[in-house]
Amino acid sequence: MNAQQIRCFLESTENLFSTMLNTSVEFGKPVMQPRDAKHHDVSGIIGLSGDIVGSVVVGLPTETAIAAVEAFVGCRIEPDDENFADAVGELANMIAGGAKAKMEGDDISISCPSVVIGSDYTVQRPRQASCVCIPCRSPLGEFDLNICINSPAQASKAA
Amino acid sequence: MKTLIVDDSNTMRMIISSTLKKIGGHTIETACDGKDALSKASAFKPDLILLDWNMPNMNGLDFLKAFRAAGAKTPVIMVTTEAEKTRVIQAVQAGANNYLVKPFTADQLSKRVADTMAKVKKAA
Repeated sequence: MNAQQIRCFLESTENLFSTMLNTSVEFGKPVMQPRDAKHHDVSGIIGLSGDIVGSVVVGLPTETAIAAVEAFVGCRIEPDDENFADAVGELANMIAGGAKAKMEGDDISISCPSVVIGSDYTVQRPRQASCVCIPCRSPLGEFDLNICINSPAQASKAA
Repeated sequence: MKTLIVDDSNTMRMIISSTLKKIGGHTIETACDGKDALSKASAFKPDLILLDWNMPNMNGLDFLKAFRAAGAKTPVIMVTTEAEKTRVIQAVQAGANNYLVKPFTADQLSKRVADTMAKVKKAA
């Protein structure tokens, strides 16, 4: 993982917040994260494959997730409503999709989103992948962007 | 105008539908994937289709190819996270009339719909 790849995810997140959530987002310093790190109460998970392999987890405390979904859809949706997970998944999908589009030259596929409600889980990631957690702050609340990727194509080009 | 919204995300269908209702002049039908869209398009006979790309069962591109192969001329706007140039070219070659990348603002959606319908009207 390199700084440019992280920047793609940050720019994509900024774009999502300014267009569909009508608010802003600020980023803290990325910190390295163990591959089996625990997550927030609500997580939108997207898998990446192709030239870049790994996953992106948008982890939100419940209150932030409720506020983000309300800003996105235009009405309050509780976590036990099936549309809540659908909306969180779509937010994660747009962050990953936007980042993928910015990584020009890489052939990347993204999975359909999975959403986990509950924090007692880990995402098993590729052994060689680097994992960073980027703390995010917005008027809707705080959340994390967990990026865990490996670039086998870049590694083979460099070798 | 009869508008068919095709997206596997119920919340995206709600958001697009709500935006079009605010613009006014749209009678809306929705479909959750390409297969559903083929069936709904046949019955609803839309004047415009807003089409997601990544969906289960039949994706947006496969729907578009099948739809055009059947001779349908209804304008189609792709509304998708797939933003790479190669994807846009693929969609246009398959018969998409316009392209809107998610995330988008209400104004962007409104403008894309107006531009597409104006082009279709001019070409008729």
